[in-house]
Amino acid sequence: MTVVATDVAAVSTLRMADDCLVLSHRLAQWSSRAPSLEDDVALTNIALDELGQARALYARTAELDGTGRSEDDYAFLRDERQFVNCLLVEQENGDFATTVVRQLLFTTYQHAQWRALVASPDEQVAAIAAKAIKEATYHRDHAADWTLRLGDGTDESHRRMEAALAALWPYTAELFEADDLTADLVAMGVAADPAVLRGDWEPFVDRVLREATLTRPEITWVPIGGRRGLHTECFGYMLAEMQHLHRSHPGVAW
Amino acid sequence: MTRIDAVRRLAAAVPDPELPALTIEDLGILRDVRAGAAGGIVVDITPTYSGCPAMEAIREDVERTVRDGGFDDVSVHVVMSPAWTTDWMTEAGRQKLREYGVAPPRGPVTDVQLLQLAIVCPLCGSARTTEVSHFGATQCQAVRRCAECGETFPHFKEH
Repeated sequence: MTVVATDVAAVSTLRMADDCLVLSHRLAQWSSRAPSLEDDVALTNIALDELGQARALYARTAELDGTGRSEDDYAFLRDERQFVNCLLVEQENGDFATTVVRQLLFTTYQHAQWRALVASPDEQVAAIAAKAIKEATYHRDHAADWTLRLGDGTDESHRRMEAALAALWPYTAELFEADDLTADLVAMGVAADPAVLRGDWEPFVDRVLREATLTRPEITWVPIGGRRGLHTECFGYMLAEMQHLHRSHPGVAW
Repeated sequence: MTRIDAVRRLAAAVPDPELPALTIEDLGILRDVRAGAAGGIVVDITPTYSGCPAMEAIREDVERTVRDGGFDDVSVHVVMSPAWTTDWMTEAGRQKLREYGVAPPRGPVTDVQLLQLAIVCPLCGSARTTEVSHFGATQCQAVRRCAECGETFPHFKEH
């Protein structure tokens, strides 16, 4: 089995698919643990949307890279170094404030990404984006609402939001990182231009943070590597949990 | 009646697994019934949301229904584009939702003024309702509360 996407367009669909799947799994870990019933339902609903987007993107990746792999092959039979999601989505859920901040930073990015890809010349990518952008709008609103409530809430909620922002902010640099393939992928219309993404992302995030009385942190260090399969320590533990059943019982069906 | 019309009639009557008062035609999930390129008949269905878990059940229900109706050469095809919208829900579907206790989506979704209209409680008819949570029992529903009768009810979100 080929482990590296052979077609260059597949590099982009696989990155997006891995972002969706990993975030979906992290959000699903909130199931039965969220601070309120409504948010238990909200976070698992968002997880399901992300999972649906991941499935469609893996199916497209399998066509583009020519391997014909199944969605399960991508999700359960690759090792840590073969996942190309950004580091932000794999970060642990932490307290509810951490998850809210991660959601704000990432879903605003994802919303911008889908907006750019609605016009993709790859008809399937365009169809996935047209569907996903409606869902991403809810996700971004949900994160923005909670950021306002907690940031401009009590001293304790404000303190926790500031701590979460400080911890997660460095990981946003990777979202707009360009590598050797970026220019080609953008020219092919299967990846959004990082400059366009940033132009969409920054004003929205800045406005929400300002309204929430939160301070935008300075970037003090820049952790990158996710797109090349170099992940943070917590990711291996997450994958082990996610893949355990499938690997222990190959071919098992419900 | 042509064979395609007969298959369409069967497929259109398949109930939605999560809202069984409505058919997949009422919800706008059934997109087309057509002659397949390699012979046979193709039924096109579209998911409401990307990860809608009802999709597999709907596919199996359609396959079984048309097979039981005597058609063995029917395949079910899931189409993503154009993306599903609540505007495809039929008037009959909206009425059935109301009777089922779910506030139907307002629309069309591009009409900003229409979306300012109150969402009416399907239980008592009051317009004094507020959103409790944008996410509900299924991906397509939100939870609202009625200030008049005090009950909570699902709202089929405009999408």
